[in-house]
Amino acid sequence: MVWIPRRISGRIGKAMSILVDAASRVLVQGITGREGMVRTQLMKDYGTTVVAGVTPGKGGQNVCDVPVYDSVEEAWQASGPLDISVVFVPAMLVKNAALEAIAAGIKLVVIVPDRVPILDVLEIARFADIKGARFVGPNTLGLVSPGKAVLGMIGGRAESAREWFRPGPVGVTSRSGGMTSAISYYLTEAGIGQSTIVHVGGDAVVGMSHPEVVASFQEDEQTRLIVMFGEIGTTQEERVADLIENGNVTKPVVAYIGGKAAKSGTRFSHAGAIVEGTRGSHASKVERLQAVGVQVVDSIADIPQVAAQLLDSMGGKNE
Amino acid sequence: MARIYEYQSKNLLKKGGVPTPQGEVASTPEEARAVAERIGRPVVIKMQVWVTGRAGLGGIQFADSPEEAEAKARELLGKKVKNFVVDRILVEEKLDIEAEYFAGLVIDDAQKCPLLVFSSVGGTGIEEIARTHPEKITKMPVDILAGLREYQVRNLIRKTGITGKPLVQLSSLLTRFYKVAHAYDARSAEMNPLVLTRDGKIYAADCHFTVDDYAVFRHPDLGIEVAREFDRPPTELEKIAYQVEEKDHRGTFYFLQMIDEVSPQDLAIGFNGAGGGGSMMSMDAVLGRGFKLANYCDTSGNPAAAKVYRAAKIILSQPHIKGYFASGSGVASQEQYHSARGLVKAFYEEQLEIPGVIRLGGNFEEKAIEILGTYLKGIPGEVEGYGRDDSPEFCARRMEELIHAGESLGHRVRSIEVLSPPAERYSFEILTGNLFIDQDKCRDCQSKGCVEACTAGILAIEDGRAALAISREDAKRGKCTECLACEIFCKFHEQDAIFIHLPIPGLKEYRDSLINGLDPASDLGKDR
Ligand code: SF4
Ligand code: SF4
Repeated sequence: MVWIPRRISGRIGKAMSILVDAASRVLVQGITGREGMVRTQLMKDYGTTVVAGVTPGKGGQNVCDVPVYDSVEEAWQASGPLDISVVFVPAMLVKNAALEAIAAGIKLVVIVPDRVPILDVLEIARFADIKGARFVGPNTLGLVSPGKAVLGMIGGRAESAREWFRPGPVGVTSRSGGMTSAISYYLTEAGIGQSTIVHVGGDAVVGMSHPEVVASFQEDEQTRLIVMFGEIGTTQEERVADLIENGNVTKPVVAYIGGKAAKSGTRFSHAGAIVEGTRGSHASKVERLQAVGVQVVDSIADIPQVAAQLLDSMGGKNE
Repeated sequence: MARIYEYQSKNLLKKGGVPTPQGEVASTPEEARAVAERIGRPVVIKMQVWVTGRAGLGGIQFADSPEEAEAKARELLGKKVKNFVVDRILVEEKLDIEAEYFAGLVIDDAQKCPLLVFSSVGGTGIEEIARTHPEKITKMPVDILAGLREYQVRNLIRKTGITGKPLVQLSSLLTRFYKVAHAYDARSAEMNPLVLTRDGKIYAADCHFTVDDYAVFRHPDLGIEVAREFDRPPTELEKIAYQVEEKDHRGTFYFLQMIDEVSPQDLAIGFNGAGGGGSMMSMDAVLGRGFKLANYCDTSGNPAAAKVYRAAKIILSQPHIKGYFASGSGVASQEQYHSARGLVKAFYEEQLEIPGVIRLGGNFEEKAIEILGTYLKGIPGEVEGYGRDDSPEFCARRMEELIHAGESLGHRVRSIEVLSPPAERYSFEILTGNLFIDQDKCRDCQSKGCVEACTAGILAIEDGRAALAISREDAKRGKCTECLACEIFCKFHEQDAIFIHLPIPGLKEYRDSLINGLDPASDLGKDR
């Protein structure tokens, strides 16, 4: 059974979602690998416009009817312009692949692989900054704008992705891959659709972190409410609180912070403690978010109900 | 964050041109004495363990003579400190201290760059000083593409009021420190204290590095056995698990033991999570019913069935666990039948006696649950499969009910039979093992269903017998996805002709030593 979105046309269908659209032109780096091949097919099945692939040395082949090139520059010349690259190369080759995509002029890179060295991530971040590009990940399942396009591996089969995620007013941002899908699925079950669902990635340093995604949702016409799945460690959630406090984010935010039960290990680095202070702990995040008016729920299961109440209080439909 | 010892960190600094006190590592009192003799001055003896506040624990001693050094070393070596047994000490010249500073390098997740931190006071209590005297601390982001320049460091240190020769020395020293930390993929690095001696020299008197887990592969010279943050040395079983992860990069496999030794009385569960967030939620559910977790394990990111199989075999190497609980986020993007098949092969081989609750919600969960239900009927233990609409709390309750319903005294670890199929048996190599087909049995096979079961399409029937349809090289290079579908089909629907051998180095020895009541560490040989 193929589910057909009820309101794919009209206002929602035409507005550009925060990062991707059905018309966005997508490149897959590492397209001939195990994951690259499978995910290219699934992305296409869902409706993503995959126009080219790159695997050095395999130029001239075709994968899922997508032409393969030896470099991003060549792909751009033959099939460009390119808006987005989804990277599926082995972790130790990620830095080179991402820098290549950014240098060629691609403005959004989705880095799926896990185990990318952190200094490589910092180099990518610095170069992206210089070139005015952004990236999601590493260690991300990707993102999906329901009814439009999926990048990465989130949702798996197109059929599942269509069943789990529906278009609607809630922007979802999450640091846990599996929970990104779980939260969105529970919202869908409760009749509440999603504008865009982003797994920001599980690593300590990621390209677009919660604050960047939340700020994008603030600018997004379709998004009326933001759901955030946070976790202990890093300062992402505290920085979202800063955005709200400064008035940069005014849309309502519902948050869950995982890791309450995790025993806080003795911190090994004094420098880390000096720089971060108590930020990063479960209590710190919950306190900061509550202080600026975020609804922090104790259980994932409470999210749909709280979201429904907030949407009702704002008036209007949930889809 | 993989930790390395102080003496290793100092060796790296020395190579990078950062002065460290004269000294050497020792692992016997006699060696300590010899080092002290070579130094020829009063020494300090420091135990090499990954705990903070060593001085307070008696782990730092002073000696005025080689004899005293030997005696102090004898006291320290073999001492148990938190989770460590001291097996090496660092013997160094004692410095004549004029002033102490602090320097550290961390990674700033907000600015996405390395952050250099300097304090004009150092030593113990540095965190307290940071709170009470923030003016003594300065920090600066480093442009990772451009690197760190000496003049930038000079401008940083100047702000704390340091002038003259120390300013120049420190600027050059910190620039070199950054280079070393960067070259070794340090996740964090610090020198505390940095000591200015009365004769005007500056040394890194103590230092700590942690290396980025994901970059350890670039630094084989560091000899890091398990690239993960531990507050204790890794257990033998963790080392075995780590080797599995190192050799197979399809998806993530993380394994950590949470209880030193599970006793028969413990209500401990073997835990197999998937994904950090989902695992945390699932652990909370199990802990909420009063269970303990024997281990933490994460198999996610679309692992091959073979990898999940190995994870299960490792989890089931823990004696006395009362149940096997697998649960992730519930809405996984990965094809869940791979995990189901991995578990089926492992549980069947083990003839699992304890109950299992397996929550495999996500893509193809119906198929995954069906695989568990169909093929695990014949084992002694009760195994139930659940999907995305069954909460972790519900599943944890089922775990409890199944454990209480059974009389099981807990899991019995079995020895692993050494595989010895006849040499003439048809076989081919696959990515991480071997696949054997007893082709004589194929003659009685009606369906020849292995061919259809293999979605990779690499099996075919030749002369009425199953065989490889592609080249041996391709099968070995990964065209056989190790999905285990052919073996499971043939075992349960046909002649049980296929056997996929997936070795786990060290596991047989580990289990045998458990069964013989030996300490696994004692006969497998410790790290040195
Ligand atoms: S299913 Fe088993 S017995 Fe039948 S052909 Fe295949 S391997 Fe042989
Ligand atoms: S031969 Fe085919 S079915 Fe069997 S494990 Fe390999 S890929 Fe799977």
